[in-house]
Amino acid sequence: MEKKLEKQLSEEFKNMVDKNNPQSSIIKDCIFAFVIGGLICDVGQFFMNMFLSLGVPQENVGYYVATVMVFLGAFLTGLGIYDNVAKYAGAGTIVPITGFANSIVSPAMEFKREGYILGVGARMFIIAGPVLVYGISSSVIVGIIYYFIKYFAK
Amino acid sequence: MAVKKIGTQTIKLKNPPSILETATITGSKEGEGPLGQYFDVILSDDLYGEESWEKAESKMTREAVKLAINKANLHPDNIDYMFSGDLLNQIISSSFAARELQIPFFGLYGACSTMTESLSLSSMIIDGGYADYVIAATSSHFASAERQYRFPLEYGGQRPPTSQWTVTGAGAALLSSSGNGPYITYVTTGRVMDFGVKDANNMGAAMAPAAADTILRHFKDTGFNPNDYDIIITGDLGKVGKELAVELVKKGGYDISNIYTDCGVEIFDLSEQDVHSGASGCGCSAVVFCGYLYKQLKAGRFKRILLISTGALLSPTSSQQGESIPGIAHAVAIERSV
Repeated sequence: MEKKLEKQLSEEFKNMVDKNNPQSSIIKDCIFAFVIGGLICDVGQFFMNMFLSLGVPQENVGYYVATVMVFLGAFLTGLGIYDNVAKYAGAGTIVPITGFANSIVSPAMEFKREGYILGVGARMFIIAGPVLVYGISSSVIVGIIYYFIKYFAK
Repeated sequence: MAVKKIGTQTIKLKNPPSILETATITGSKEGEGPLGQYFDVILSDDLYGEESWEKAESKMTREAVKLAINKANLHPDNIDYMFSGDLLNQIISSSFAARELQIPFFGLYGACSTMTESLSLSSMIIDGGYADYVIAATSSHFASAERQYRFPLEYGGQRPPTSQWTVTGAGAALLSSSGNGPYITYVTTGRVMDFGVKDANNMGAAMAPAAADTILRHFKDTGFNPNDYDIIITGDLGKVGKELAVELVKKGGYDISNIYTDCGVEIFDLSEQDVHSGASGCGCSAVVFCGYLYKQLKAGRFKRILLISTGALLSPTSSQQGESIPGIAHAVAIERSV
């Protein structure tokens, strides 16, 4: 195209792209996320009730449930099921702790072919890494703020 | 003096090379698509009996090249040059295939524009009298592209509606200085165009300006207009990019909407196969051309076509550093007879 037309079109192009852009259906996505995410929470609740009825103390039951849910997330990822559910569920499968398991197990599986050190070991946290870095960092900052508030509130 | 160059970006080949044979190998999803009947080999196993996706992709390139040569009753020793490229870092699919084939090799990187880039260079080297038999090939693989550009396969993420599905496929075309056609007659080489699209999930939009620019430049340089073609087909703009390309070309003064389509729209059934905006990848225009279009030309159902493979020249690094996505598109005109 000619220089003049090119300049004109490059300015108009952003509007053309925005106009042509198909949008995700937010309502449909939210319903799927709510239902599937809710079902995952129900499973968690089921195990929590089960452990409580087996006599696990209230303050420790969270560890038991998290362990089971991480196992389930990892197991379903290994079977190739988790990503097929996540295609519909979106945030419904990312937010629960099963999504965290998926984000670690999926690169571990994918990069096994590059060996256990530079493949699995080095790349296991490519998705979960940022969550860990900023999750742990912010918990430290919140902890410091909490300490000072407690200190001055005395 | 450049006696064969016409206009600013086009070459009119004086001794148009003939496409003797083509070969295509695709994955199962492509085989189930609307063009499945035109592919030579449809793999039931996307690993192709190999240990990794990369090895599988390289084997697809190698076997497609061998198949094209076999169909013409030739041997790799008869081939003067091979032009090939792919999407993987350091174009390992192509160069590792060339390691086995032992054909003098030029490795190309044009992202998904590689099919017409390799056809362009192959045509010129034959027209120039440097070779009698040349292979133009390229490949892409959904799984090897995902792990390099996006996420591990089993990661549970959602893809936006503008995203495209990388074709698992390899195509090879064998060009010769003699033969009964179809012939490559014009080559229009694209410029890198960037209208500022930054969304790596909307590569159709990023590449549409390059496609439109090359189409307009081809018309201007050759004096042809859309009516001179039976079909004008871009590489992998998908549904979103295709609409943008039609609009841009229209603003440039040509209406191509009646005879224009995109390989990325044709290869999959967009409503059934869960590919969102359509297909992408080097293999997309490679298998659609080497499979469907070549066979239609051979059968005389198309007399003259314009194939414009389109490439998005981004890398994960450039995207992370906030760069917009440059696009490129190369066009070749292919005619049943000259």
